[in-house]
Amino acid sequence: MAEITPEEHYITDEPYYEAGGSEIEIFEAAWRNRLPLLLKGPTGCGKTRFMEYMAWRLQRPLITVSCHDDLTASDLVGRYLVKGGETVWVDGPLARAVRAGAICYLDEIVEARKDTMVVIHPLADDRRVLPMEKLGTLLQAGPEFCLAVSYNPGYQSVIKDLKQSTRQRFVALEFDYPGAELEARIVATEAGVDVAVAQTLVKFAHMTRNLKGNGLEEGASTRLLVHAGKLIASGVPAVTACASAIAQALTDDPEMLTAINELSASLF
Amino acid sequence: MLTPDDITARLDEYLETEFSFIRSDELALLLLVLAPAEQAFVLDWTRRIASTNTEIAHQFARRAPQALAVQEPRVIEAWALHAMDVYDRAGLRPALEVIHDVEQFVQRSHERSAGALFDEVSGVLLHFVHGLAGRPLKLALDDSAWTDSETLFLPALLARLPTVEENFRLYKTLVVMQWAQIHYGTLRAAVGTDFSVWPDPVRALHLFTTLETVRLEACISRELPGLGRELQQIRLRLGAATLPQSWQAVLPQLQSVTACAADSLTLLPKIYDTESPPLPGYQCELNLAAVTACMQARIKREKMLFRVRLAQWLEEQRQMPAVREGAAPRAAAQPVPDTQQPEGQHFELTLNDVPLSPPETLTRLITSIVLDLGEIPDEYLVPAGPGEYDPALFTEQTPDPDAMWQGTYHEIGATYYNEWDHGRQHYRKNWCVMREKDVAPVYDDFIATSLARYSGLVAHLRRSFEAMRDEERMLKRQAWGDGVDIDALVEALADARDGSEMSDRLFTRLHRVERDIAVAFMVDMSGSTRGWVNDAERESLLLLCEALEALGDRYAIYGFSGITRKRCELYRIKRFDEQYGSEVRARISGIRPQDYTRMGFAIRHLTHLLNETEARTRLLITLSDGKPDDYSDYRGVYGIEDTRRALIEARRSGIHPFCITIDEHGAEYLPHMYGPVNYAVVSEVRQLPFRVADIYRRLTT
Repeated sequence: MAEITPEEHYITDEPYYEAGGSEIEIFEAAWRNRLPLLLKGPTGCGKTRFMEYMAWRLQRPLITVSCHDDLTASDLVGRYLVKGGETVWVDGPLARAVRAGAICYLDEIVEARKDTMVVIHPLADDRRVLPMEKLGTLLQAGPEFCLAVSYNPGYQSVIKDLKQSTRQRFVALEFDYPGAELEARIVATEAGVDVAVAQTLVKFAHMTRNLKGNGLEEGASTRLLVHAGKLIASGVPAVTACASAIAQALTDDPEMLTAINELSASLF
Repeated sequence: MLTPDDITARLDEYLETEFSFIRSDELALLLLVLAPAEQAFVLDWTRRIASTNTEIAHQFARRAPQALAVQEPRVIEAWALHAMDVYDRAGLRPALEVIHDVEQFVQRSHERSAGALFDEVSGVLLHFVHGLAGRPLKLALDDSAWTDSETLFLPALLARLPTVEENFRLYKTLVVMQWAQIHYGTLRAAVGTDFSVWPDPVRALHLFTTLETVRLEACISRELPGLGRELQQIRLRLGAATLPQSWQAVLPQLQSVTACAADSLTLLPKIYDTESPPLPGYQCELNLAAVTACMQARIKREKMLFRVRLAQWLEEQRQMPAVREGAAPRAAAQPVPDTQQPEGQHFELTLNDVPLSPPETLTRLITSIVLDLGEIPDEYLVPAGPGEYDPALFTEQTPDPDAMWQGTYHEIGATYYNEWDHGRQHYRKNWCVMREKDVAPVYDDFIATSLARYSGLVAHLRRSFEAMRDEERMLKRQAWGDGVDIDALVEALADARDGSEMSDRLFTRLHRVERDIAVAFMVDMSGSTRGWVNDAERESLLLLCEALEALGDRYAIYGFSGITRKRCELYRIKRFDEQYGSEVRARISGIRPQDYTRMGFAIRHLTHLLNETEARTRLLITLSDGKPDDYSDYRGVYGIEDTRRALIEARRSGIHPFCITIDEHGAEYLPHMYGPVNYAVVSEVRQLPFRVADIYRRLTT
């Protein structure tokens, strides 16, 4: 496959996505009105998949940046590099997305360093400009450009909370784990297991979600169910698949591990 | 080789024979026949037990030689320690019973080695039952397995099957059966039935329970097939016989998908006069009186809670634009078909006929109410009016630690900590009864005066602590970074012209140097700090807080004091998650000398709190004025050794302990407790405020 830059990459095959509510219509309306979007929801409930689906639907390139605690404004905007004794400016992913009119998706925005907000704010309100401080210029975003950020409110940490000045710039879409029937359908389709197995996996997920706050930080996400489903589809016994793909991913606490494994053993 | 006289002399010393009728020469003869190593073993343990109680030690010395002939030393040790634990917990008489009956102890420990202990499995079982859905249940100990619909009662030890693993399975089965009685409506049906119409109500209730057990087994096998198989295995292992003919006939009806508790009641007349069936070993009998009492109290409480929370929720919804425009919000509960639920439906709250997802507290209440009543009755959906219920009934209240001592003596709400017994060379289990209390804030002029007096020092401390804060440092000559390092680039270009290799380290990068420190200050609030020392402590804490605020480290301040092991008290001055403000300052001002200096429990509790705090470096700093010392037992070596042991435990869990003392003789015992460099003696009390912040700075840079 020839190398292409992210802004030239269009998703051609429709990604599998099942809408849980009216999020597709809201996203489209917000995009037409040039409003940025905030995706809230627990990990593994389909936020990233939704972004891929929307990129396909709107036929825009999707540039995803997974934020980490060392991600600075220059990582997003760009920086000078030295090539053969000359300094050369290289755009960061956000600047590329603005230039290309792409969808820029900043995953787990709260993880990024505080100075990144400085470049996001003017881009997220009606100015829609990206200040390129090092170049001394402003980059105006076109009508197709879309900024979307995601955020997991479940962390409940004071440090990792979005400031009001940031969150009030966005149209918020709330994501949660899909309802039992829909989730079973998703697991069956994604993992290639039959519906009965998928339903049992979903039931197991609900058991772990009951434990949230009682020793678990989060219950099993849809993504973990798909992982377990894939293992089962490849012939791994169900209880072993749940232990490796779900229980071990959720916790290190030995008592909790035993309890979760007992729960999965009682279902299969 | 010890002579009889040597042994007698030692026993005289350990057992303090001159004050008793113990004949140490007789005992010595018993010990004389043992091998030298065994003699040493028995004498050593006699000494250790004697530090707890001489009578137990005497009885031990009398029986140990015989016991040694049949048991391994390991067992004898366990026996001695068990006797001392029983003494700590229940007193002399039960402890002597343990010592008198070594055979029974051995028998019990056999059971223990093959059986599953409630204490060991309850953690797993609790998570397990929480995972199963429904009302959050509790686990507790009782002689038999039964439930009152909120708490699952289980025996302390199960040894009916040969291995630990199988006995754990049995525990799990008991938990599941009790959970099923709640979840599949057995309790609800039983409470609503009058069994006294039967000639023998006890038999009727028992037969109903047995019918229900059959039905529940079928329910479990359908919903949780894995558990269903396990039930089968356990039933086989426990050796259950097949059901009699009269019962075989009713099985299909009980095991059908649509069977409910009402079916068991209808079948009761059919089997009442027939032969009683053999029971599966995991049947949990019903205690109707307890269930009714528990259920009634809960129904009343939850009705109130539901209506209060509903009113709060509706009030929140009223703020929403969609609802504000229309008519007054009207809530309703609609059944929604749901195959996952035993009733085949679950309830959904609607607001003006639009389904809405209520907050989690309401969802939980709905689950619990439906378990009791099978529906949400209409009168529940009338939101509580203002003042209809006493707010004290539905707001969470933490028990007042002082109130504990006004009534009869009890230990509700306290935390227990072990204590190291130097003489015994072993822990005394759950020995210290610890409570956290708040220091009453005092709003006087102490803060203002002290801040004025030390204004120069405060400003200096703030400046120097600010300088230690995590700062963004510009790193030069990096392989990648935000900007170009011009100096490096010029050099590199020159190198390149010169023909040598050009470096690629040409960038500057901002790097955050993070201080990731959590520190707990443990302040001596014993009576001996009265006067000066107390003033100096309070001033030191005030200055320290001012400095730490500039620094941004996470910190907590707790005072400790107490009288005897039953009353160990930690005074909260500032918690980790609390902001420093006028309230905390007023609490610092309110620090008053209390009682004695028992230290072990305070170190253990703060260790626990520190370990719950996320930080790379954890510090525990003690401000003290002398040796650990408590009324009666916690004196001298005992106190020092327990404190030392608590500090070792803290260090083992990754905490750095440090002690600042004003005791001039501190250098004599502190190295033994804290280690040779982990303490500082401030000989002049007046210097304390100047020194504490300074010491802290040295410690953390």
